[in-house]
Amino acid sequence: MAGSTLHDGLTPLNDPSEQKSDDANGYYTLGDKLVDPKAPTGPIKDRWTTRKFENRLVNPANRRKLDVIIVGTGLAGGAAAATLGEAGYNVKSFCYQDSPRRAHSIAAQGGINAAKNYKEDGDSTFRLFYDTVKGGDYRSRESNVYRLAEVSANIIDQCVAQGVPFARDYGGLLDNRSFGGVQVSRTFYARGQTGQQLLIGAYQAMERQVAAGTVESFTRHEMLELIVVDGKARGIIARDMVSGEIETHLADVVVLATGGYGNVFFLSTNAMGSNVTAAWRAHRKGAYMANPCYTQIHPTCIPVSGEHQSKLTLMSESLRNDGRIWVPKKAEDCEKDPRDIPEEDRDYYLERIYPSFGNLVPRDIASRQAKNMCDEGRGVGPKVGDFRRGVYLDLGDAIKRLGKDAIEEKYDNLLDMYERITGENPYEMPMRIYPAVHYVMGGLWVDYHLQSNIEGLFVSGEANFSDHGANRLGASALMQGLADGYFVLPNTIREYLADGPFDKIDESHEAVVEAKKQVEERISKFLSINGTRSADSYHKELGNIMWEYCGMERTEDGLRKAIDLIRELKADFWTNLKVLGSADTLNQSLERAGRVIDFIELGELMCIDALNRRESCGGHFRGESQTEDGEALRHDDEFAYVAAWEWGAENGPVLHKEDLIYTAIEMKQRSYK
Amino acid sequence: MNLTLKIWRQSGPDDQGGIHTYQVSGISPDMSFLEMLDVLNEQLNEKGEEPIAFDSDCREGICGMCSLMINGEAHGPEVTTTCQLHMRSFTDGDTITIEPWRAEPFPVIKDLVVDRGAFDRIIQAGGFISAITGSAPEANSVPAPRDKAMRAFNVATCIGCGGCVAACPNGSASLFLGAKITHLGELPQGQPERWTRVVDMVGQHDHEGFGGCTNIGECAAACPKEIPLDVISQLNKDLRTALKMGL
Repeated sequence: MAGSTLHDGLTPLNDPSEQKSDDANGYYTLGDKLVDPKAPTGPIKDRWTTRKFENRLVNPANRRKLDVIIVGTGLAGGAAAATLGEAGYNVKSFCYQDSPRRAHSIAAQGGINAAKNYKEDGDSTFRLFYDTVKGGDYRSRESNVYRLAEVSANIIDQCVAQGVPFARDYGGLLDNRSFGGVQVSRTFYARGQTGQQLLIGAYQAMERQVAAGTVESFTRHEMLELIVVDGKARGIIARDMVSGEIETHLADVVVLATGGYGNVFFLSTNAMGSNVTAAWRAHRKGAYMANPCYTQIHPTCIPVSGEHQSKLTLMSESLRNDGRIWVPKKAEDCEKDPRDIPEEDRDYYLERIYPSFGNLVPRDIASRQAKNMCDEGRGVGPKVGDFRRGVYLDLGDAIKRLGKDAIEEKYDNLLDMYERITGENPYEMPMRIYPAVHYVMGGLWVDYHLQSNIEGLFVSGEANFSDHGANRLGASALMQGLADGYFVLPNTIREYLADGPFDKIDESHEAVVEAKKQVEERISKFLSINGTRSADSYHKELGNIMWEYCGMERTEDGLRKAIDLIRELKADFWTNLKVLGSADTLNQSLERAGRVIDFIELGELMCIDALNRRESCGGHFRGESQTEDGEALRHDDEFAYVAAWEWGAENGPVLHKEDLIYTAIEMKQRSYK
Repeated sequence: MNLTLKIWRQSGPDDQGGIHTYQVSGISPDMSFLEMLDVLNEQLNEKGEEPIAFDSDCREGICGMCSLMINGEAHGPEVTTTCQLHMRSFTDGDTITIEPWRAEPFPVIKDLVVDRGAFDRIIQAGGFISAITGSAPEANSVPAPRDKAMRAFNVATCIGCGGCVAACPNGSASLFLGAKITHLGELPQGQPERWTRVVDMVGQHDHEGFGGCTNIGECAAACPKEIPLDVISQLNKDLRTALKMGL
């Protein structure tokens, strides 16, 4: 950790990169460079404070004349709806679930980071900022990350005030734990249900505004198109999933807080309904999609048990604090009961390879090493295909050291869940874990104000690309969602809305009519193909392609093959899809068809992005770019840029590069050894 | 495993609905209950019969979206959510009856899907602490005794699935209500609105058409998060105190 030098932010520390390789040649066109029009300057520590002051205010009396649409009710969307509602704007909130409280933020287990330094262990805003930039493998935007670290402490205050029951110590003060990839204890938690408790806090705050009349909540509604008028986002077309009615909702500003697209892999830890449709429709209307290939594969999930699997379940990596990860040294031991394998025959490979971080190395490293162990034939558990895909996470030592009760209090619900799913008792038997797709760092491109390149379209939470670079640290997703929702958007949207209300438009406007027509035509197309395959079967096939060729390790040949396979799949979808039932009722097959075809198109773009980026960084590992030890090798001279892709329809995507210029932190090759 | 499934089908809110019988085969004991239904739906789709509508989202037992009365029990035979119920809890050759939640305030939308909007409206009535964004004091400036914080957490684990209502012979949501009253009432931050909260939430509960608690305890027995019955005692106690205060 020596060399954690920080600069003041006044001088560039690197030159723009110049790409020499061109692996994706023929699949894309190179467009103009992209510059963040809202990028702040000056000392890094003052940038957000200055910007908040510079942003114009909206008179409270005018706020109720301004309509805000927020799609998604997770931490980023729910918090924004609550806060903008309180401020007096006229908010319409949309979610596809039956209640805003179901959004998938609820499933986050481990915790939320904040630079409170309650443990006096050397934490600070600067350190959280530094850790996040470093953890993201120097592919995130410095100013955004600093702001995230800066507002983190306020998030905890806000949540406690709402009644979020964080873990506390005997004196009644808040407890912290350390979390994957860092050496300070800055993670606040509510047993293994932190996401649930934070989301319920945001949900209750939002429902309070529903009662106050400032927020109108539309549940079981799915956004299917963005309405753009004169270059500005002015509303959405949504389908009422119960009646099937196609509705038009108009506004002065639209926020997408629609989460990530990990379900492009079919099997992931996302909820069944998590999808990319809102973001993808916006992309097709002109919004750039940034770094779509940056996927986080979480190291500690419950391994796949068979063909029927519909989703994967994560075990919080907080377990890595107390659990030791190992595989047998000898392949012939892999079938044995792990309790019969003596200490000297176990390979605690993370502790061996990374002595200073051990089991707490960042997620991408932990994941790839698990794959390496299994590829070597030392995986454990049932065979899936030719290999055993699992490694042990062993709480045995911790139970001996701290007692079963202490472990139970910390991880109770996680361990119950493990037993429920696998039928094995983790207090007696080492748990089996394997990596699974968990989170995407890529997302719609946004500027410092979280506004996309379409004016009036703001994107927050996992749906945007901005804060985590090529890899996200544990307990930082909840932090970002709430930072965006409670503290960032309310301060940047007002600058945009200071020019509003914008000219009134109504449903007869040609852009509205056109958007609605597109939605209706798509739906009737899905219902009329009348082929032989369900949308789910296409989704599974897409997932297999993505996991095989665009998963933990990507290569030039594999990605080219994947692009061909995806194109074939897309053609087959449009000729052979089968959706039963009608459009004017609840129809889950129809909902899935729309989501799956958007995933198919996204999958192709992810592969093109991964193909172009001939370097390894964070969660993106290119086989062609590794050190002699098999570690990820970045090429800052070529790829220190954000890849923002513009929809190019039949001509293929257009790549706009935004240079990443650091002024506070020098780029370094990561080392956790 | 081979199973006979008797499933409630109802094309819409106005349809009478009824039980239909299906056979499924090749079910693995490691499948979740909903994955078993996925298999059935894939088969129905192939046969040209419209798949069965049912709710699920996270499929890891935390979002509260899944429901289902399974052989007359909310979430089936284990103490967990339907999505976390695995087929190893059943035996080859079993007949399984699957119905939607049954309660007047939860009308059926289609097949096994019901409308639980009433729960959101109960929260709107007072299930929150008013804390305007930005106005919060430093988090550690108000310590919360650990035992109270623990109790608050233990009941805050309610996922709002509605299983308690479905299990209750009188269609009461008292466990759901008691869990929220206890969660917020145990914390120092929840005190200023404590007494109005209980009156407002109970009022909305009754207005929605949920029944009163009849002291049977089916709710706590069915609750996948094991919310204890004593939250209903807490609810009644807080309500009595509030009414005495003239609220």
